[in-house]
Amino acid sequence: MEYFNALVVILDSTIRLSIPLLLACLAGLYSERAGVFDIGLEGKMLAGAFAAGAAAAVYGSAWYGLGAAILVSGFLALVHGFASITHRGNQIVSGVAINFIAAGSTIILGQAWFSQGGRTPSLGADSRFGAITLPFAEAARDIPIVGYIYYELISGHSIIAYFAFFMVFATWWVLFRTRFGLRMRAVGENPSAVDTAGISVTWLRYRAVLITGALCGFAGSYLALTQNAGFVKDMTAGRGFIALAALIFAKWRPVPAMFACLLFGFLDALAIRLQGTPLPLVGRVPVQFFQALPYVLTVILLAGFIGKAIPPRAGGVPYVKER
Amino acid sequence: MADAAIELAGINKSFGAVHANRDIHLEIPRGTIHGIIGENGAGKSTLMSILYGFYQADSGEIRVNGKPTTISTPNDAIATGIGMVHQHFMLVQNFTVLENVMLGAEGEALLKSSIAKARSELIRLEKEYGLEVNPNAIIEELPVGLQQRVEILKALYRGADILILDEPTGVLTPAEADHLFRILAQLKDEGKTVVLITHKLREIMAITDNVSVMRQGQMVATRKTSETTVEELAELMVGRRVLLRVQKDEGKPGDFKLSVKNLTVKDSRGVTMVDDVSLDVRAGEIVGIAGVAGNGQSELLETIAGIRRAESGTVLLDGKPIDVTGTADPGELRDRGLAHVPEDRHYVGLVLPFEEYENSILGYHDHAQYLKGPFLDIEAIRADARDKIEKYDIRPSNERLKTANFSGGNQQKIVLAREIEKDPGVLIVGQPTRGVDVGAIEFIHKRLIAMRDAGKAVLLVSVELDEIRSLSDRILVMFDGRVVGERDGEASEGELGLLMAGVERQEAAQ
Amino acid sequence: MSTPYARLPAWADYGLIPVINLIVAFAVAGLVVLLVGENPFRAAAIMVEGAFGSGRNIAYTLYYSTSFIFTGLAVAVAFHGGLFNIGGEGQAYIGGLGVALVCLTFDSILPWWLTFPLAIIGAAAVGAAWALVPAYLQAKRGSHIVITTIMFNFIAASLMVYLLVGPLKPQGSMAPQTRTFLEGGQLPKLNWLMESFGFAVRSSPFNISFLLALVCAFLVWLLIWRTRLGYEIRTQGFSPKAARYAGIGEARIIIITMMISGALAGMMALNPVMGDQNRLQLDFVTGAGFVGIAVALMGRSHPAGIVPAAILFGMLYQGGAELAFEMPSISRDMIVIIQGLVILFAGALEHMFRPSIQALFASISPRSAGVVAAKREGA
Repeated sequence: MEYFNALVVILDSTIRLSIPLLLACLAGLYSERAGVFDIGLEGKMLAGAFAAGAAAAVYGSAWYGLGAAILVSGFLALVHGFASITHRGNQIVSGVAINFIAAGSTIILGQAWFSQGGRTPSLGADSRFGAITLPFAEAARDIPIVGYIYYELISGHSIIAYFAFFMVFATWWVLFRTRFGLRMRAVGENPSAVDTAGISVTWLRYRAVLITGALCGFAGSYLALTQNAGFVKDMTAGRGFIALAALIFAKWRPVPAMFACLLFGFLDALAIRLQGTPLPLVGRVPVQFFQALPYVLTVILLAGFIGKAIPPRAGGVPYVKER
Repeated sequence: MADAAIELAGINKSFGAVHANRDIHLEIPRGTIHGIIGENGAGKSTLMSILYGFYQADSGEIRVNGKPTTISTPNDAIATGIGMVHQHFMLVQNFTVLENVMLGAEGEALLKSSIAKARSELIRLEKEYGLEVNPNAIIEELPVGLQQRVEILKALYRGADILILDEPTGVLTPAEADHLFRILAQLKDEGKTVVLITHKLREIMAITDNVSVMRQGQMVATRKTSETTVEELAELMVGRRVLLRVQKDEGKPGDFKLSVKNLTVKDSRGVTMVDDVSLDVRAGEIVGIAGVAGNGQSELLETIAGIRRAESGTVLLDGKPIDVTGTADPGELRDRGLAHVPEDRHYVGLVLPFEEYENSILGYHDHAQYLKGPFLDIEAIRADARDKIEKYDIRPSNERLKTANFSGGNQQKIVLAREIEKDPGVLIVGQPTRGVDVGAIEFIHKRLIAMRDAGKAVLLVSVELDEIRSLSDRILVMFDGRVVGERDGEASEGELGLLMAGVERQEAAQ
Repeated sequence: MSTPYARLPAWADYGLIPVINLIVAFAVAGLVVLLVGENPFRAAAIMVEGAFGSGRNIAYTLYYSTSFIFTGLAVAVAFHGGLFNIGGEGQAYIGGLGVALVCLTFDSILPWWLTFPLAIIGAAAVGAAWALVPAYLQAKRGSHIVITTIMFNFIAASLMVYLLVGPLKPQGSMAPQTRTFLEGGQLPKLNWLMESFGFAVRSSPFNISFLLALVCAFLVWLLIWRTRLGYEIRTQGFSPKAARYAGIGEARIIIITMMISGALAGMMALNPVMGDQNRLQLDFVTGAGFVGIAVALMGRSHPAGIVPAAILFGMLYQGGAELAFEMPSISRDMIVIIQGLVILFAGALEHMFRPSIQALFASISPRSAGVVAAKREGA
């Protein structure tokens, strides 16, 4: 029972750690499915976290924070769209640029506005997205196993966390059950087919990129308003890239994306849990090993040793009408 | 008198300095099949792209069914009842037939009911026009002919009354082309108007009611097909009498220079592209390989050149084997006297952003005469490039100019000069005159004949049957990856055409 | 390229457009300064003063530039081969390991001028080795090199933390760093060089690796435009199919190009590790690997553009430090914004102003816009 409880606790922190990954990963899914590579997830998430922390501190409302995060992250997404869709610039270069702009400006503006060394003011419970206790969770707490899982694992997350899981299925539904999804998948594979069918490639891609921006805003909000009580500089700490890795791992599909993010979240939770504790057989495993593991796994996947990850065919290539 | 489905009046279109369409007037009667012919680059595709809303004309008027119409997007074209089948299919490769047909014409925001509607509509179209295709098949798994059928279905599904087909038979076997023509005839019977863009005269004669000829951006003539001849159209197309035969003497074939035995090549998906091919090329002869594009000629050429790996078989160069299944390397083959003029000069034979002189050593950049140790001998390379420019009359005569700024014919001359001037024993050539102006075509043909007369072995692949017939001493025909027949240089067009259609082989199988 | 029919004169192409892009980047950065409530022109003046105001300041500027020349060259060499090496940061970080191992081994027995060449080899070899794995995976397994090099940055960071808090840390020390190198592991400063120009420099980290960076810039030019290998790299970069046709082994070129790129990035570590701090510390690269991307884009992958671009960024770093001192609301992170804006406007949006400039040229003098003779054929 002790092991069981420990496991549930690890899984619970797995979920908490996976939420920002999952939101960023789904964000990337929209953009990349539409044929626009996005390595600027990190920057958009960071800018979103800053906007969330700043707006929540100023207006005292988590919802204002979320709104600001979506606006700011959406604006950066528009910049990416402007560079890579309208001006057919290099999508990788544009993504790199956005990461830097976000990293620098969050600190500069944070320092200028709040003078707390790049942090935003610490938020009270009202201006954060706190844990939601699901119905009957307290009552179910003492029911062995099922009740405990319900109380500890399923209940007690923030609204954004539930939204993230909802988005997994919403994304699947949009992608495979709606006209927009059909067109978005098509434009990521063969934009000429979309263009000649009388659909605007530009507008379609802009919409996908904007959804990416909005979801990155959610991811940033989760970091600043749920996981922490405010913005801390560089708080994304590479999560945008792990999300990208998860997206590749999931082969650009929503449900596998959820599992990939949970896996990477689990590795993170395990690293925290095992810090310093020796494991049977292998002895003490350095925490850096777990930190590097998502990246190592992604490289191994990319190397084609565990299945082949084929990106959307038109990804990374600006659309130019043939002459 | 049938009224006009489409009228074009005074259409002009320029791309920078290139005047692609010049004051075009055209009238296409409803319910007819109207051919538009012209050489590569005559402006046919540009004109049709304007009609389909892909480009906007700089000036001029379009009238559809008598009404002046502005077509500024493909959507407008679709709404006016114009559908287009593009030369390069506009299909999403990993979508099903159904999804491709629906795309852009889904109706509602949710797919469920539109899928049902599209499915029943597909079945109706199938019955009406004999356009059978499995709606659930994935496009990339379908043969080219069926993919084209999906394109036609796409247009009909959108309610097209006027169907434009851009070079539709380029990728088809003659049998598939015949089937397409039957479909087109049926469409005409149903009252649809068909516009057929092609540069193949035979198709024009076989199926069209009227034909318009374009040359250098202008519409030079429109004729009733029944009242014109192939000769007249050909003359209108090129603007002067076509030299059908290149001047050449009787060949004097010598030793075997290149021997291919039982060569089999598969592509990356494992599809057999070259199937058990054997052939010989002797010194002092040109062997031509005829065939519809996509029947394995390109792969054969690339394999001999060491660019592509073979599955099995042997190739002998001067009696010594080339390791085509393993380590054959283009550089090593050049050293052994095999030169290669590739089919695609833009991305294979040349590096377009390079200055001309840099391209003049591509593939020979490791030869001692161009090097000083690990360094390039820039002076020697430029002097050599200037030599070739003069000898091959490459214009403009500036070796420091970016290669992209030369015309197609001059670019091809850069490649030919590089390959021929190394005095190779064997020359393999793919589509030597594709996208090349008439003057350069003559020059290139003469050079190839001169190679033969100098006792070299030349293997020529071309989809232009005229080119094959006028240059070759022997002609091999490839169909579906196999050599299906060998004829001498005097073989008739009809005879070769049947072979290209794979007729003999099918009969033999029965 | 994307402009088939109108050409600009070379000076506009290589001078005017980059300068316009740069001006726009700085103008937007100025807006950020305004947003923070400071005067952008005063900020710029402080920056320039801070970068060039005294011999010491210039020396610092050049010290930073040294690192950026190395990483800029690294990114540029990969660009020529058609590869985007985002892994410069990790390669430089790991390159520090090569420097440190050489210095820790030989600093007590060899003079610096013997340790230096060994450290160069060490840094280059380790940097190249770190680039080798992504290169091999791209060449042989088709793994996208942008993604793998990003992943390798993180793996490098984890590895270095592990080594610096563990095996490389001297007994009894708390700080995550190696012991300080002895004199045999310290590069001589170049302060005398500045002083010979009449500038007074009391102390600065400006050291001899700057000269090595200039030598590398020349060697890269020689490699790319004057050697057979460079010709092969450029062919592969422009058109992999043409390279295949020419008998240039794709896998070989990818691997060699990336190893040269990684070696250059690795050599960046010489400057801070052996030239300044004289020990291996956590995070000593401080983003120089990423600055290399901005430098290579701004310098259009040509050493003659990379060196000035690197000096510009050196100026920003040094001037930015002074600026943070004078205007506390503007920290050095301002540079990161400028870097991002330069990458955006000189890289992703490099063609934004081209059409209007072409139109302008064409309207002033059609001939100078060099309208290319009509090409019949579709491009």
